[in-house]
Amino acid sequence: MDPRDHNNCRKQKEPNPLEGKTCGRREFLKGAVKVAALGSASMATGCGTEVFGSSEDLQLRWKEYFKKNYRLMTQEERGETVRRLERLAKLKRNVDIQMSTKGPIEDVLFGYGFNVTRCEGYMECVAACVKENNLDRKSQTQYIRIFEMEPGVLTPELGNGKFFHKVPVDNRFYMGVQCFHCENAPCIKACPTKATWREPDGTVVVDYDWCIGCRYCIAACPYYGRRFNWNDPQVPLDEMTKKQHYLGNRMRSRGQTEKCTFCVQRSREGRLPACVEACPTGARVFGNLLDPKSEIRFVLKHKKVFRLKEDLGTDPKFWYFID
Amino acid sequence: MSQEKIVKKESQGTGLVSFVTDTISWNLSGGIGYQLYLCCLAALIVLGIHAYFVQFKAGLSATNMSNIVSWGFYIANFTFLVGVAAAAVMIILPSYLFKDEDLQNIVIIGEGVACGALVMCLLFVFVDLGNPLKAWHVIPIIGLFNWPASLLTWDILVLNGYLALNLLVPAYILYCHYNNRKPDEKKYRPFVFISIFWAFGIHLVTAFLYEGLPARSFWNNPMMGPRFLASAFAAGPSLIIIVLVIIHSLTSFKIENKTFNKLRLIIVISAIINLIMLFSEIFREFYFPTHHSLSAIYLFFGLKGHNALVPWIWTAIGMNVLGTVALAINPGRKNPILMLPACVLLFVGIWFEKSIGLIIPGLVPSPLGEVVDYAPSWVEISITLGILAFGIFVATALIKPALIITQRYETES
Repeated sequence: MDPRDHNNCRKQKEPNPLEGKTCGRREFLKGAVKVAALGSASMATGCGTEVFGSSEDLQLRWKEYFKKNYRLMTQEERGETVRRLERLAKLKRNVDIQMSTKGPIEDVLFGYGFNVTRCEGYMECVAACVKENNLDRKSQTQYIRIFEMEPGVLTPELGNGKFFHKVPVDNRFYMGVQCFHCENAPCIKACPTKATWREPDGTVVVDYDWCIGCRYCIAACPYYGRRFNWNDPQVPLDEMTKKQHYLGNRMRSRGQTEKCTFCVQRSREGRLPACVEACPTGARVFGNLLDPKSEIRFVLKHKKVFRLKEDLGTDPKFWYFID
Repeated sequence: MSQEKIVKKESQGTGLVSFVTDTISWNLSGGIGYQLYLCCLAALIVLGIHAYFVQFKAGLSATNMSNIVSWGFYIANFTFLVGVAAAAVMIILPSYLFKDEDLQNIVIIGEGVACGALVMCLLFVFVDLGNPLKAWHVIPIIGLFNWPASLLTWDILVLNGYLALNLLVPAYILYCHYNNRKPDEKKYRPFVFISIFWAFGIHLVTAFLYEGLPARSFWNNPMMGPRFLASAFAAGPSLIIIVLVIIHSLTSFKIENKTFNKLRLIIVISAIINLIMLFSEIFREFYFPTHHSLSAIYLFFGLKGHNALVPWIWTAIGMNVLGTVALAINPGRKNPILMLPACVLLFVGIWFEKSIGLIIPGLVPSPLGEVVDYAPSWVEISITLGILAFGIFVATALIKPALIITQRYETES
């Protein structure tokens, strides 16, 4: 502050207390605005405790902050954001990842079948999902929940979702619940910012970076399909799946909602989701509903199938059946 | 000497600049009690800001919310305060529309309370966001605005619109009074009409936020909208009576007994309608309980060993009934201060029942039948206190100059 200005303040002919205050107030306000601008800029780029990251880090974060919703990006812009994210992963965690922006396969509508007779509660599907989708180990996030029931009751709400004992056992049967990728999804309607939508191949996805974390979609989901990142997810580097998809198993951050994506990083390469592959009893069926020769179409035609909470009209693409 | 200068400035002040500077100086000046009050509010606000930085760094894991209880203390208080904000219409309607003289001189206080409540609502939503820096994603054109499908977008529109109406109309009237002019009725009357319908709108939209979710059977019933309105029109004016009693006792601005009695009547009618609606809800849940009633069972009686909310809801309903009966008997006929305990009982009772007593049971049991308990963490409580203090400060900052200007205008005209 220029000492001359300070003297001018003092040299007022009539020491007017109000004006004296304004002089000091002005300086204070100027400084406050500067600090606020700096502070918000550093907060926006996520600097947090480290006041200055490398300038490349800052630049990448700056561009990432202002990017559009994934659906509105051109394929070129999608390529750019994926390159930035790959680079940021290298800088932040020192890990080499491959992120894909592969679009949906033509004439495909994914459907899922769950054989209640065959499931014995091994929960290999849960473990495979946690690993494949880089789920937070700290809060033990699980997209898949397995419920154990006694005979006479065929609804997860009256079952035990927290069973923990050696399996298989007699006289118990199991149902697995995850996001059902509803054709008429209440979560898509609820999202105020269109951060979640239904892709042409039927998968309901989330643009994690577009999500503002209001959790209205979680309130709207009748199946407990969605999860929120209450903390920054932690995945040990040696367990991280490095082949990722922007809409699927890439690393999320706190404040974002996520859910099962039918392993979009796998299904768009023509592979099965991790849970389907991992099941030791073959209780899970996945395939293209538009292909009359697919296994899921066989199940829908020949088995007695039912869906959860059919009366809500959500039209889920996940059928249960008993052999 | 500086006191005289300020007095001189008051009587000759005109124009926008001196309006603003006078407003600021009136807000910062006052007796020792007032300064202490401002200091207490400032301390709570600082506590809230500190707690918010803790939450910003750690993420919402600093709260006690979970994937099952995904909305907690913040959204609960937001829901209740929208009702308080809407309740100003119960004063605006008679005073502007029916030219009710008894209520005309306190309408500005109602609007000040409404603005304070609305600011609190917007802040509660903001601190609840997981990614607040990305909040610009809802702004149309630069972001994506899922209107009309998402009820949240409606809520953003109506709350901000109502805040604008409740700030600009009184600001215009006060500014005219400050410059010793009579405000031009033709300029603001259409906006007053709009704000009357808008007040019902904000509360219906907020109720529809919950009512429109088939996943949550505790919320998915047609009573949410009407019941919100009834409880708001009982709780809001109760708060306004509390504020009026404070103003009447501590300042030179006097309010007549018939004003208090009119408000009392509005409250009693709304509170009785509220209780009738509550009875209808309880009947539906408990006459033939289905699995849709599990949330109500959790709230009133506890479920699977979890009964954290049971003492709270019964206390709240007890306070609600007691407050209604007490106000109906009309203790404040001679002395309005006697209405204070009944108003406090009613306000606190409805606050509990319409915030935590509404949000938590809606989310418990989870859609897959799991039951958990919830109690706010120190972070949530601190941020809530900070926001409440800030809202009270905003209401004070609007009401105090408004009263000074109104008194000055009335003595000079």
